[in-house]
Amino acid sequence: MASKAFDELWGTSRGRKPRQGFEPLAQWIAETPAAELDRRQQAAETAFRTLGITFNVYGDDEAAERIIPFDIVPRIFTAAEWARLSEGLEQRVWAINAFIADVYGERKILADGIVPADIVLANPQYCVQLAGAKPPHGVHAHICGIDLVRTGPDDFFVLEDNCRTPSGVSYMLENREAMLRLCPELFDIFPVRPVDTYPDLLRDTLFSVAPPDARNPVGVLLTPGHFNSAYYEHSFLADNMGIELVEGSDLEVDDDLVWMRTIDGRVRVDVIYRRIDDDFLDPLIFNRNSLLGVPGLMAAYLAGNVSLVNAPGTGIADDKAIYSYMPEIVRYYAGEEPKLPNVQTFRCREPEALSYVLDHLGELVVKLVDGSGGYGMLVGPASTAKQIEKFRAALMAEPHRYIAQPTLALSTVPTLTDSGIVPRHVDFRPFVLTGAEGMKTVPGGLTRVALPEGSLVVNSSQGGGTKDSMILLADGSG
Amino acid sequence: MLSRTASNLYWIGRYMERAEFTTRLIEATIRLSSLSGDAQAAQAWRSALAVMGEMAAFKRWGENFTPFNISRYLTLAEENPNSVRSCLHLARSNARAARTALTREAWEAINRAWLSVRGRSSPGGAQATLNMVEAIKAETRGFEGAVARMLRKEAYWFLRLGSVIERGDNTARLLDVKYYLLLPRGEEVGGALDRDQWTTILHTVSARTAYRHIYQDALKPWLVADLLVFRRELPRSLLASTAEAVELLSDLGDRSGRQGEADRLARQREREMLDTDMDAVFAKGLHQFLARFIADSSALDRAIAAQFRFG
Repeated sequence: MASKAFDELWGTSRGRKPRQGFEPLAQWIAETPAAELDRRQQAAETAFRTLGITFNVYGDDEAAERIIPFDIVPRIFTAAEWARLSEGLEQRVWAINAFIADVYGERKILADGIVPADIVLANPQYCVQLAGAKPPHGVHAHICGIDLVRTGPDDFFVLEDNCRTPSGVSYMLENREAMLRLCPELFDIFPVRPVDTYPDLLRDTLFSVAPPDARNPVGVLLTPGHFNSAYYEHSFLADNMGIELVEGSDLEVDDDLVWMRTIDGRVRVDVIYRRIDDDFLDPLIFNRNSLLGVPGLMAAYLAGNVSLVNAPGTGIADDKAIYSYMPEIVRYYAGEEPKLPNVQTFRCREPEALSYVLDHLGELVVKLVDGSGGYGMLVGPASTAKQIEKFRAALMAEPHRYIAQPTLALSTVPTLTDSGIVPRHVDFRPFVLTGAEGMKTVPGGLTRVALPEGSLVVNSSQGGGTKDSMILLADGSG
Repeated sequence: MLSRTASNLYWIGRYMERAEFTTRLIEATIRLSSLSGDAQAAQAWRSALAVMGEMAAFKRWGENFTPFNISRYLTLAEENPNSVRSCLHLARSNARAARTALTREAWEAINRAWLSVRGRSSPGGAQATLNMVEAIKAETRGFEGAVARMLRKEAYWFLRLGSVIERGDNTARLLDVKYYLLLPRGEEVGGALDRDQWTTILHTVSARTAYRHIYQDALKPWLVADLLVFRRELPRSLLASTAEAVELLSDLGDRSGRQGEADRLARQREREMLDTDMDAVFAKGLHQFLARFIADSSALDRAIAAQFRFG
């Protein structure tokens, strides 16, 4: 795989000639001894562990807090590459918000037959209780993390939209901190755009969507608690925004108003950046057994007394069954061609597509429409005949639950491993913020890297690592 | 500040203090038992269990009363909720939950202390135990240093409040177990073993040289008692920890303009201590005095939880 893939430093030259503008990176890699890079990488990982930047793998006990492996070799995007990406991202996220507002409102896109109504209305992600509800300022998906993959110099594809509670932004920020400390010379070589404005932009976004009658709005970040895999990120963001980090038990709803319990009594809460899934938000409406949420929270939200960020129900936009319609969705609302294409996707619910998929299982990646984190998927080329046959049975039993995509030759970037600096496959998750006053995309994102040779799975739960993603200022793009 | 966060901070203070006290107790006990014969050494270890209030729980644990078993139980046993390991785990767990209220430094100190014990299951022999104790003490000192550099605001006050409540309680327990050694004024000084016992007590509250500085005198049992109960100069004395609790509660009260039951209890206790002295305490019975102090500490702890809605 690796040898055929496009390399973001070397192009297709196989290490002979760096792409235009990337010569300084090639030179830095050549001139910095591997032992020195290794020392810096270990220093970064020690710092991450001391800081407690850990994640828990679901199913493991608390003792198994792990750090996500950090790779010291940065990934670089030129100003021109980023300009194209950010335009495409904002177009897509704008359409996502229009789509969510429509399916919970007039449902025009269903009436016009662009997206089959059953895929939306019978979707477990469609939250019937919210039909007709309008969030303050009309924004649903305030924070979106869009997963991108690349196959060539100009070939970026959206692999997945994350419109519920996307995580990973703390790695974007901490990885940059580590690079500034450990590789300061890189920032002399490259004019890198800063990412540390993110907490301020996020704060502005949160407070911009406070209910209109809140005079001095109080915002909080609602976490499932410190056993959650993304807890470090929750505490990091709350801290950097200067808002309280609360758990469900810290909040109470009284007469459709939300309060938090403090040492001085109750304090009214206006905006909740919630990092709890819809299902656990309010045991009165959703999962009755959930102890994480706040009874009555949905009633307070529907009464317009509190803003939830992201709004409940946004999962309908990042469902994998809906994903395959995103190009149509963008065209429908934006009235123009999508600037960022989808990966070609076969909807197994359609008989023709299903029969193609069944005939080509060995070449395709097949995914559950409601799976995440790399679970419940088949990577055809990396699977044994036995695994494929087992998957075939599951697919034929419930074809509507699956989509399939060609295995892409994901781009590679130079990565430090035990066998020196070698190409490894990567993806990219930038974060798009939508507030009452418009959209903002911080120039950066989370690059995940599949560390085992040839692996295409970048999920941290499956052995993926991260890297700093540097976006260059215009005059440094070569 | 969230009530839950305040509770987390208070308990970080208590658990870190308890962990440090236990390591000092272990260190002092190793010293005492190395100076004594086997019988006295065994007694020294039993008495360490008694100070921690773990005698009954240790028996239920089912291991023999050997120095190694007792040392392991007090330092690393996961089954003992008050072992150093358990205290550091609980402190870290509270610290994770209150992460945003702590400085990076304070969090790192707690996390490092936990990482230093989490992979260990046996304290090893006396020397290995002393090395481990030394390492944990260094981490807890680092934690105190980090706390001292925090802003004088709610987070700092709750951390300190937990520490001083725990500190007074620990000193009282230590004295209560050894009180039969602390004879009233005028009694004859005992033999070498008694001397070693007093030294052990002073060591546990890190006051060996403090004693010399304050009294300019040879070790006298009633002076040791006086130092640990009434001397404000010694941060671990009952009076000093009581007075600090009063100050911290009043800092918290000044901020909100409100005071409550905890303020009242703490001030009442301080006043009573200022109105008496060591002679009067001995006359009425040191054990009774200490038992009352320990009971009052629990009442104060409950009042703090109620006043700040720990829930």
